[in-house]
Amino acid sequence: MTKSEINSPKDTQNTLKDRRSFLKKSTLATLSSLLGADIIHAATMPKDYIPVMLQADFDPMKGKSDGMIIRNEKPWNVEPAPHLLNDPITPFASIFIRNNGLIPEDVDAANWTLTIGGESVVKEKTYTLEELKKKFKSYTYQLTLECGGNGRAGFYPPASGNQWEEGAIYCSEWTGVRLKDVLADVGIKSDAVYIGYYGKDKHLNGDPSKVVISRGVPLSKAMQDESLLAWKLNGEDIPLAHGYPLRLVCGGWPASVSGKWLHKLVVRNQVHDGEKMMGDAYRVPKYPVTPGEKVPDEDMKIIESMPVKSIITYPKSGAMFGTSKKLTVQGHAWAGEHEVREMQVTTDFGATWRKCSLKKPVNRLAWQQWSIDLNFPQPGYYEIWAKATDDQGISQPMVIPGWNPKGYLNNACHRIAVKVS
Amino acid sequence: MKNNPESRPQSSNSNKDRLFSGLMKSVVGIVVILFLVLGLIVFLLFKPDLSSFESPATKIPKTELSEDTLESSNEIVDGKDIETGLIAGKGLELVKANCTNCHSSALILQNRFTREGWHSKIVWMQQTQGLWELGESESVILDYLAENYAPQPPQGRRIPLSGIEWYELKD
Repeated sequence: MTKSEINSPKDTQNTLKDRRSFLKKSTLATLSSLLGADIIHAATMPKDYIPVMLQADFDPMKGKSDGMIIRNEKPWNVEPAPHLLNDPITPFASIFIRNNGLIPEDVDAANWTLTIGGESVVKEKTYTLEELKKKFKSYTYQLTLECGGNGRAGFYPPASGNQWEEGAIYCSEWTGVRLKDVLADVGIKSDAVYIGYYGKDKHLNGDPSKVVISRGVPLSKAMQDESLLAWKLNGEDIPLAHGYPLRLVCGGWPASVSGKWLHKLVVRNQVHDGEKMMGDAYRVPKYPVTPGEKVPDEDMKIIESMPVKSIITYPKSGAMFGTSKKLTVQGHAWAGEHEVREMQVTTDFGATWRKCSLKKPVNRLAWQQWSIDLNFPQPGYYEIWAKATDDQGISQPMVIPGWNPKGYLNNACHRIAVKVS
Repeated sequence: MKNNPESRPQSSNSNKDRLFSGLMKSVVGIVVILFLVLGLIVFLLFKPDLSSFESPATKIPKTELSEDTLESSNEIVDGKDIETGLIAGKGLELVKANCTNCHSSALILQNRFTREGWHSKIVWMQQTQGLWELGESESVILDYLAENYAPQPPQGRRIPLSGIEWYELKD
């Protein structure tokens, strides 16, 4: 696939189909026989992808939807096609997987502990999972988690990293205790400004002393009601690929601040300087830059609240129907820390816009459902474009927004194609 | 199998014979060719007015190539023809002779077509603009245009949706 538009997962799938037949005929068969095991995910492997042979038994694709697109297998990075995200509460099957390192497979939930330390705690304190559950009141929120690089595939010049299209976004229901309650119990100093997490994931190079990713949020975000130390996703134990048995969850921000396999939190008297907090990781230029420009480190800022965005989850792109059909188009909209105020669609490339019905969020930081009935009296090819506007009056751009070195924050309008006869 | 153990050396011998006579023929052939080539070189050295040997474009009919064109500058800098801005490549001379004699190279430079697309432009020019028949040059010119001035995928912003898997939407 060339540096493709973000709206064409089919593109990928076509490529993948060709690839599948090729792979089946040639290398995969050989590799499979060498390994004495089937290579299950040949169908969704990215073009030019060479399977990694040494993945252990754990299969993060088990229970995932058929339409998941594997961007990378080491580390695991997987996203759903947009139509798989139609549920208001995203089921496990359609949740994207994003990893910087290797998923820990030796998790011992019974003996799991969370230590809260750092220079800005009065005294370091360690809780067992049971203590957390018993000692603090638990809360349940639907929280929107979107990868900072969702939509990266749309940028030109190409930005390096997983070439996410539309699907690195979900909103599921998290249950846990409020981080602020736990921090109050630990006791934090007045100079505290930031928190940082440490998880149990393993570095790709196998060095156990190397931290894979250790990001965090300002104390103000950590102290929000919805910032959780969660152990349940959609009412069940968090699946391993998504952070079992404990995860920091901070909705509305790049999902990378929601640390998985959480076992240590640090309260900092400075902006957390852990792995993937510096350089161009999860950071964007402070000012608009020329596409392709080299931006000095000191001119980059950390991504905080994610921008306003929406997705069309029904119908799946490519629908064909008759002129008599009333088409109900639906999807979700979200706006980081903010709420979406208005949702519109166009079927004439932006010449005219129609207002959709839009639900309020179930709770703060949850995505919102929208829908609209459309009639197409004139047969032909249409693209349906969706545009959300947040409570600050900021809308999604129809074109790809400002280029940045790592291809973050592409919140351009999602669109699908339909044919009316 | 057992009663003909000698067959092998025999066939081996006849192979050697054949090899020898083949080699002899080859040597004779090479000597003859060398003689002819030397003769040709001597001939050319003493008959420098046979200019047609020096031009690679021997097959092009006179109507398609003017003397002016042949004498025009063909200086290439950074992979481009200085005179026209056209990309250097096989067929450039023919394009300059047959196309940019009449119109600016900008008409080529600012457009991107497939081979069929470029062909339809040639047909249109022949039907309405007085372009002559291109003969055997046509396919070389089309190859040049299709290779160097092909449609390019739009880059960035929003390229058209592609790879749509159409399906009947059922209620």
